[in-house]
Amino acid sequence: MTGLTLLIPLALGLGLCALAAFFWALRSGQFDDMDGAALRILIDEEDEA
Amino acid sequence: MNAPAQIAPAAIVEHISFAVPGMHCAGCISKLEAGLAPVPGIVGARVNFTARQIAVAHLPELTIADIRAAIAAIGFDSEPIRDAGALTDTRESRALIRATAVAGFAAMNIMLLSVSVWSGADGATKDLFHLLSGMIAIPTVAYSGRPFFRSAWSAVRRARPNMDVPISIGVILVTALSLFETLIGGPHAYFDGAVMLLFFLLVGRVLDSVMRDRARSGVAALLKQTAPGALVVMADGGTAWIAAECLEPGQLMIVPAGERFAADGVIESGASSIDLSLLTGESAPERVSAGRIVHAGTLNLEGPLNVRVTAAGPDTAIADIARLMEQAAQGRSLYVRIADRAARWYAPAVHTLALLGFAGWMLAGAGWHQSLLISAAVLIITCPCALGLAVPAAQIVAAGALMRRGVLIKDGSALERLAEADRALFDKTGTLTLGRPEPVDLGPIAPARRPIVLALAQASKHPLSQALRAALEADGVRPVSLDDLFEEPAFGMRGSLDGHVVSLGRPMRDQGGDLMAVAFTLNGDAPVLIQFRDALRPDAAPTVHRLEGLGLICSIVSGDRAVAVAPVAQALGLTAQTAMHPQAKLDAIARLAAGGRKVLMVGDGLNDGPALAAAHVSMAPASASDVGQTAADAVFLGDSLAPVATAILVARRTMRIVRQNFVIAIAYNVLAVPLALVGVVTPLVAALAMSGSSIIVVANALRLRGAAR
Repeated sequence: MTGLTLLIPLALGLGLCALAAFFWALRSGQFDDMDGAALRILIDEEDEA
Repeated sequence: MNAPAQIAPAAIVEHISFAVPGMHCAGCISKLEAGLAPVPGIVGARVNFTARQIAVAHLPELTIADIRAAIAAIGFDSEPIRDAGALTDTRESRALIRATAVAGFAAMNIMLLSVSVWSGADGATKDLFHLLSGMIAIPTVAYSGRPFFRSAWSAVRRARPNMDVPISIGVILVTALSLFETLIGGPHAYFDGAVMLLFFLLVGRVLDSVMRDRARSGVAALLKQTAPGALVVMADGGTAWIAAECLEPGQLMIVPAGERFAADGVIESGASSIDLSLLTGESAPERVSAGRIVHAGTLNLEGPLNVRVTAAGPDTAIADIARLMEQAAQGRSLYVRIADRAARWYAPAVHTLALLGFAGWMLAGAGWHQSLLISAAVLIITCPCALGLAVPAAQIVAAGALMRRGVLIKDGSALERLAEADRALFDKTGTLTLGRPEPVDLGPIAPARRPIVLALAQASKHPLSQALRAALEADGVRPVSLDDLFEEPAFGMRGSLDGHVVSLGRPMRDQGGDLMAVAFTLNGDAPVLIQFRDALRPDAAPTVHRLEGLGLICSIVSGDRAVAVAPVAQALGLTAQTAMHPQAKLDAIARLAAGGRKVLMVGDGLNDGPALAAAHVSMAPASASDVGQTAADAVFLGDSLAPVATAILVARRTMRIVRQNFVIAIAYNVLAVPLALVGVVTPLVAALAMSGSSIIVVANALRLRGAAR
């Protein structure tokens, strides 16, 4: 029982953190351009400089 | 990160978005972003590849035309986008995604607690876990259930029950009952079922809404902006650029060649030819001079015109057509989607069953508490999880398959209506034909002269020049460089090459000046006449055959003259009605609809707008006017007409899958409801049944992935 008082809030807290992180990502526009994000890693930045 | 943006400190920065349909790879992204960044006045540029758009932050002194020129210099065509409406659409999607995330989070945590209850936790531990579940579930239901509660409430108020009514009643009743169970320390709490149900149904809603957004942003990227404004001569003799909505009758606007009129008006001075295809669907340009009435949205082709504004904004002919369209679209809003049609039977059936279960157990003397639990179990086990997820899942998979084949479907209801179509009406210009002139034969031009012709054609914006340029460039011709190149209003291009005068322009009247043709002359030699025609779309004939094979009778409704329509009708073996006004097309559709036909309208022009809105379902090519694209349910990309038949085929397969899913859902209920009525459905059984049936229908829907191949 004593373990539960620690583990349950911990589990819920971690879940809430993930939820908050998802909301933050959604708000900061990380899901706005899914196809573009996949392509941007291919851009060679050295060439542009 | 990839865009090396120069930040100009303490400056007023304006933002504008451009549709750049031509980008297709990582190289295009970096070329655009890196290419725009060093342009003076541009603060930053960011590509959204999914929407094929680029957002440019710029200083106020840079005009839209300057930025377009900069993008063109990098090698891309672009169209500025007026972003009204798009914002609210994505906001709706966002709200749904947030609700789904919350429901998913809650469902996982409650399931964690429920699993320990199912594996044997009892006494104080079980009560504590139920209480914790309730504390997570109740705020979740209040937050994530809102889309359903809102829709159910408005459906009840309008006395048109939809799927959301049984969902809302079920979820609220089950949550309330579980709370009561928890407080009295009862054996079962259905919090996990209620929240999981919300989660599954929200996933269905998100799919539906994402599908709509994706097609909409695709269409928005193709929208051509009709004149945003015009250069107006002010009282003091100077000129100023005035936005279209601020133009007033009596003002004098100067419209250079290659621009669209921003308002209706009368030509004061100047001579040119104008492209009326937006209004009439007629592709051949029309000669105009002083005294002629011109309409907003039509394109000035050759020379500058001074136009006295007679009507602007909501009073223009275009706005009239838009109003006609709005009225026509009202009939379509009466269409009831298949899930809601099913709900009309489903909701009363489910509620009757739950009520019967309650009454039956009361009569059997089980007590109101036990009876209420039974009816709650019936409600949760029958909640249309499979239905709510099955329809959108099938539709989004089908829409994705179609999108890869170049058909953008605007929403799920469009797919349902597309499957029902049994009569097809085609507009001619721009729909059956490409809507742009193509040279009949380049043979008359001697190969040695082709580079000169190309150099002349390149310098003009006239559609015939553009067509000639495309045809010559496709043949691998390289232009020579000409001197003294200039565009002579109402004639064409003139230039000189090593002292010889060369010209490309309107043929003399006796050489067939009424034909779609241009004449090329070198040093006063006999002119070489190049003729143009509006070619049929590739695959037009096979597509018509396929449609007839699918049971759709096809015919042509055109605003064009009979002489112009006849060759197309003959080539395709179709009957045609000609010289039809927008109202006449509407009447034709109304007559067919009155005869019980479900009409598919395929059209592109502004003049087709009302017909596209009134037809049971409608499609437009991507080359269509923005009115056409807005009014149509689906837009197909590319030159070929084949996607029209493909779309019908896929829509029908989708509806077959949807019906299969309904059968699966009914079979599942036939098995599960008796169990619930007998009272053996524990929260564990409910959870298994719910996820099991959802997985089956989604898996069935995934079979549509290759449907468009």
